[in-house]
Amino acid sequence: MTPKNIQLDEQGRLKHFLSIEGFKRQHLVNILDAAEPFANVHEQAVKKVPLLRGKTIVNLFFEASTRTRTTFELAATRLSADVLNININTSATSKGESLLDMLHNLEAMHCDMFIVRHNQSGAAHLIAQHVSPHISVINAGDGCHSHPSQAMLDMFTIRRHKKEFANLKVVIVGDILHSRVARSQIHALTTLGVSEVRVVGPKTLIPTQIESLGVHVYHDLQAALIDADVVIMLRLQKERMQGALLPSENEYYHQYGLTEKKLKLAKPDAIVMHPGPINRGVEIASSIADGPQSVILEQVTNGIAIRMAVMSQTLGHSHERVISKETTQNTGGRA
Amino acid sequence: MIKAPEFDNTVNLDGLLDTMYQAIHKKIQDFNQDDVVMVGIHTGGFWIAEKLYQRLGLSSPLGSLNISFYRDDFTKIGLHPEVKPSNLPTGLDDKHIILVDDVLFTGRTVRAALNEIFDYGRPASVTLAVLLDRGERELPIYAEIVGQEVSLKAGQEIKLTGPEPLKLVQNEC
Repeated sequence: MTPKNIQLDEQGRLKHFLSIEGFKRQHLVNILDAAEPFANVHEQAVKKVPLLRGKTIVNLFFEASTRTRTTFELAATRLSADVLNININTSATSKGESLLDMLHNLEAMHCDMFIVRHNQSGAAHLIAQHVSPHISVINAGDGCHSHPSQAMLDMFTIRRHKKEFANLKVVIVGDILHSRVARSQIHALTTLGVSEVRVVGPKTLIPTQIESLGVHVYHDLQAALIDADVVIMLRLQKERMQGALLPSENEYYHQYGLTEKKLKLAKPDAIVMHPGPINRGVEIASSIADGPQSVILEQVTNGIAIRMAVMSQTLGHSHERVISKETTQNTGGRA
Repeated sequence: MIKAPEFDNTVNLDGLLDTMYQAIHKKIQDFNQDDVVMVGIHTGGFWIAEKLYQRLGLSSPLGSLNISFYRDDFTKIGLHPEVKPSNLPTGLDDKHIILVDDVLFTGRTVRAALNEIFDYGRPASVTLAVLLDRGERELPIYAEIVGQEVSLKAGQEIKLTGPEPLKLVQNEC
């Protein structure tokens, strides 16, 4: 981490949201707290609040996505922002325009926020370093590096079920090597003070020295599941695999797939999570994915509230000027 | 225009609440009681609304409104990290809303509250009830029910603290 965290502005407020690293516990708790009231907006007859009215948000997805892109779009529209979805396959980058040229063109159209997904690690950071000061950048997944909004929606889901983070045993199962979700989850869980994070997978899919992030490594799923409060299954990322990292999908399911029998080793009230898309019968049994301990669809719903919180916190203040105290006068800070 | 009396610490809170109660009680006589919904604006307004709600014995649950998402100065001051969710009874259509706040000043809070209420439905009417009206409106907002009108000296601020005990405090800036 460079000494200056580009995710924060001069006043220490959220400016970009690129990775969990560099945030203190209070930053993460603020995002979780801010998401709570947004989780109720869908109960209104008009499912919108006017916070980001007049802002233009650009979805820049260089890689396929269903959940993340649509929930970012829903979050933006529920905040009353306007959303532009750039289809990279049909855009001028396919004619050879460089990424930064494309960005400068979008900036010239007076956009306020870029939501970026890219298959190269560090893409969102690069963009954040080159945009004009008034623009915020949110990382919606970069290569194998980071997927911070996914990690935060997972933390939100865990907090709603378990209330406190401190005494939890959280197990992350599967393809840790290729998983940006796992990396962001590990940073978020340890920053929020979870006492024990276990990662489980075959040796070929666990990065070397991952213990330095404060996790315990297991290669036996059944041993790792004992007394677990939260079980996070990861998707087997076939598209990122080069070479023979696995014997076969069947063999993987036999050893690392979550079945009802194995889940009984966890605490009876353990919750099962998955960032999606799920491969039924590869990493998780259908009966568990659809079963009472699964919170997989809740994660999707919570993704909207978390993304609303992150967007409104990053775009919520003009980052160029210092705020005068007069605007917070009157009773209870309202005017 | 006659200037309202200056605010001082002798203001009798129970007396003001009683004035409000009497006026609201009279106001809602004309309505079907089941259609009356009381909504307090977070936080001071909600404390006042709780006191009034108990005495009025209304049938529908007390609503609370947090106008943080509807403020007009959001882009200047940002979002408070601990915004509590609004809690409004579902289906505000055709209801008579008694909207309660502690201090009415510029009118901007009430403007935001009205916008939020209309995102939940189309009420038959909205009546604004406030503990103190300190004047100096910046918007065409009017409170039909007022505990007391007061005027403040330059730099003087009043604030309601609570919920127990409910107290009006003033501070000179």
